[in-house]
Amino acid sequence: MRARPLLATLAALALLVPAGCRAAAPGTGPRPAGSGVTGTVTVLAAASLTESFTRLGRDFETAHPGVRVTFNFAGSSALATQINQGAPADVFAAANPATMRTVTDAGNATGPAATFARNQLVIAVPEGNPARVTALADLTRPGVKVALCAEQVPCGAAAQAALGAAGVALTPVTWERDVRAALSKVKLGEVDAALVYRTDAAAATADVDAVEFPESARAVNDYPITVLRDAGNPTGAQAFVAHVLSDAGRRVLSDAGFQAP
Amino acid sequence: MTPPTERSTPLLDAHLVVDRGAFRLDLPLRVHAGEVVALLGPNGAGKTTALRALAGLQPLAAGHLTLAGRVFDRPDRRLHVPPERRPVGVVFQDYLLFPHLSALDNVAFGPRRHGLSRRAARERAARRLAQVGLAGQLDRRPRHLSGGQAQRVALARALAVEPVLLLLDEPLAALDARTRLDTRAELHRQLADHPGATLLVTHDPLDALVLADRLVVVEDGRVVQTGDATTITTRPRTDYVARLVGLNLHRGHADGHAVRIAAGVALTVGDDLHGEVFVAFPPSAVALHPGRPDAVANTWPATVGGIQRHGDNLRIDLTGPLRVAADLSPAAAARLHPVPGQTVWAEVRPSDIRAYPTGNS
Amino acid sequence: MHPGQQVAVGSPGRRQRQRVPLPLLLPAVAGLLFLVLPLAGLVIRAPWSSLPQRLAEPGVLTALRLSVQTATVATLLCLALGVPLAWLLARVDFPGRRLVRALVTVPLVLPPVVGGVALLLVFGRGGLLGGWLDATFGVTLPFTTPGVVAAEAFVAMPFLVIAVEGALRGADVRYEEAAATLGAGRWTTFTHVTLPLIAPGVVAGTVLCWARALGEFGATITFAGNYPGRTQTMPLAVYLALETDLDTAIVLSLVLLAVSVTILVALRDRWLTRP
Repeated sequence: MRARPLLATLAALALLVPAGCRAAAPGTGPRPAGSGVTGTVTVLAAASLTESFTRLGRDFETAHPGVRVTFNFAGSSALATQINQGAPADVFAAANPATMRTVTDAGNATGPAATFARNQLVIAVPEGNPARVTALADLTRPGVKVALCAEQVPCGAAAQAALGAAGVALTPVTWERDVRAALSKVKLGEVDAALVYRTDAAAATADVDAVEFPESARAVNDYPITVLRDAGNPTGAQAFVAHVLSDAGRRVLSDAGFQAP
Repeated sequence: MTPPTERSTPLLDAHLVVDRGAFRLDLPLRVHAGEVVALLGPNGAGKTTALRALAGLQPLAAGHLTLAGRVFDRPDRRLHVPPERRPVGVVFQDYLLFPHLSALDNVAFGPRRHGLSRRAARERAARRLAQVGLAGQLDRRPRHLSGGQAQRVALARALAVEPVLLLLDEPLAALDARTRLDTRAELHRQLADHPGATLLVTHDPLDALVLADRLVVVEDGRVVQTGDATTITTRPRTDYVARLVGLNLHRGHADGHAVRIAAGVALTVGDDLHGEVFVAFPPSAVALHPGRPDAVANTWPATVGGIQRHGDNLRIDLTGPLRVAADLSPAAAARLHPVPGQTVWAEVRPSDIRAYPTGNS
Repeated sequence: MHPGQQVAVGSPGRRQRQRVPLPLLLPAVAGLLFLVLPLAGLVIRAPWSSLPQRLAEPGVLTALRLSVQTATVATLLCLALGVPLAWLLARVDFPGRRLVRALVTVPLVLPPVVGGVALLLVFGRGGLLGGWLDATFGVTLPFTTPGVVAAEAFVAMPFLVIAVEGALRGADVRYEEAAATLGAGRWTTFTHVTLPLIAPGVVAGTVLCWARALGEFGATITFAGNYPGRTQTMPLAVYLALETDLDTAIVLSLVLLAVSVTILVALRDRWLTRP
């Protein structure tokens, strides 16, 4: 494993020299003795990771003084498209393996992605559950408005899998573009329910209640993470991925509602 | 044009008072049926303000406006009839023909608003345009009309609503000199046919003298002189009017045939008057001599100020006890060789001087 | 024919060759390239071989039709409300007019997604007016086609208002006075004189408004959601296609571009080249 990041670095440098500064600028702070990690680590992560990864990033910066972690949270698919179009980044964490595969298949990752967390769907309902939703089947009741993620994004694919497993045919009022958009419709009370990840519901407990349903076990989502081939800071990227996979990282993720892989 | 009888009730009876900041217009105005009155004055005198007030575009601060016995403005009774409900037609200074409408539709616009059917309005418009010699230009857009044609369309448009009061704001100012001559004659004919009252606003004395039966001269928002063309041209009462009609005007004290003017200069005049008088004489009546002439009266020493060409003559501004303009023929100029600063003797024959009392006649 | 002869024939002045100063020409060309190159990128990158199949997919035509319909209805709504608003701003001196004018332009600076949330806060189920609208008239906007129209109108109306207000301020009010002296009341003057005078400004504003409505994404997906045939307009379809398939996204974008450019050019010929 030692040779690969070095090669990647050389390849990235060869690309960088004529193109000018493309990746993140190296850090200017004093180089901490021993760790060997410097500069800025740019992480592209699925929107559902916003809270947990922000905390992981802070912890990582504390453990490695002089290092800065910058995040770009968005729908996994959008991020994958950006990476395949050459967006400068070091680490990619996706909300499902299929999306990750579009990046690895294009040869833009340094190796097979590691699964670092798993997530399950819950039914998010506005606080107090005005439509009294207790099971997946309740969502098909007339007058109950439901938001689902569009099938093209991971939470939508997971929702289809769960609904298929439960044998529930559901027509939502809207196919939302990502899980946060679906959740915000619940927060605003515009829909009576949405299928979102447990972690997303957990991050919005102030406005949203989560209803667990057994069929969600049939649509468990694996979250893969990888260092990108064109990483400008491969050392920092490796260190950040290691931090996510460490015991401390796992704790942060399970606090947020993720399950261990 | 028949001069109106002073005894009949005027069609327009107005006292226009408008305040605009420090400026105040205070203008009594009466116009009889068939009469054309010109409001003459320098820029900023309030002429256009008066016209806008008559049209209802400018509310009055005080005074009144009555037209054919109907009251249209009485600020003290909070009465103000908006422009669209006044029997008034306006020819604006740059005509303001609607650019998106043909000549015919421009003229038909008013009749249509007054309740005529589209067809009837167009028929009336076509008739009006034919009257001003534009039967062949009905479909033209304003931008394809010449200046003179546009002026005639504007007149036809104002007359098509058959107004009791016709207002014209500098109707010839936008035209070049040659077009102006033809259009003026044409306009004169049209105005003579208008049975209502006509008020013309202009700063051009020639327009006023040719087109109007009576002139009202306004300066700084007030009437300074009224009268027919002869009175105004021969007996100016302000420097502005004197300049307009090309006369030297001075004020003095008459005692018989002698009028004492400023700084000890006395002029002998033909008229026999007593008291405060104006004396007026044309620049062409002033003769200049290099030395003291033999004449017994009406000579004084003067200094040559400015010299300008004036037609075929030279116009000399004289300073000294009397500020006077004198016109010199080329022959006289050749004899005198005037240069600025030169001292000459001026002479005016008593028969060339007109004297008249300052009090309103 | 001698080369010089051409000057004498044809419309004089208009076709005369002018020397364009280099300090203007260079940035002008650079600006044009900057605007056109991304378009060329789409065209070059488009999967031309699979284009017919992709266009034949059922969702494409539905989204396109919905886009054109909602953008047109939104533009009509903007005209009905925006022209009087522009008139008010241009012609009536009321206290707080500057503030109102600034407020009108707010949707321009507001991120459209925020605009969508704001619309939800007012017209949503739990919004300021939404509950009342639902209870009184049975009207709900979120997740409906009228909701798409509302979102598009919200974002696009400032373009119309600004264009029309500018035209009104540039128009000579003395024409309106002339109309009044001819017996036209305020409303007749507005319809028969003012509107024709500012027609070029209204057309320009309408075109801008329609184009903005057609491309609207953020407010629409936030306020009206995304449901094929009901609220999924072309920009939404493009966005979701982008999640999985870049090629389809490019094809959809090209279709949207082709349709909008065709309609705009046709309108331009119809309305802006009158004699």
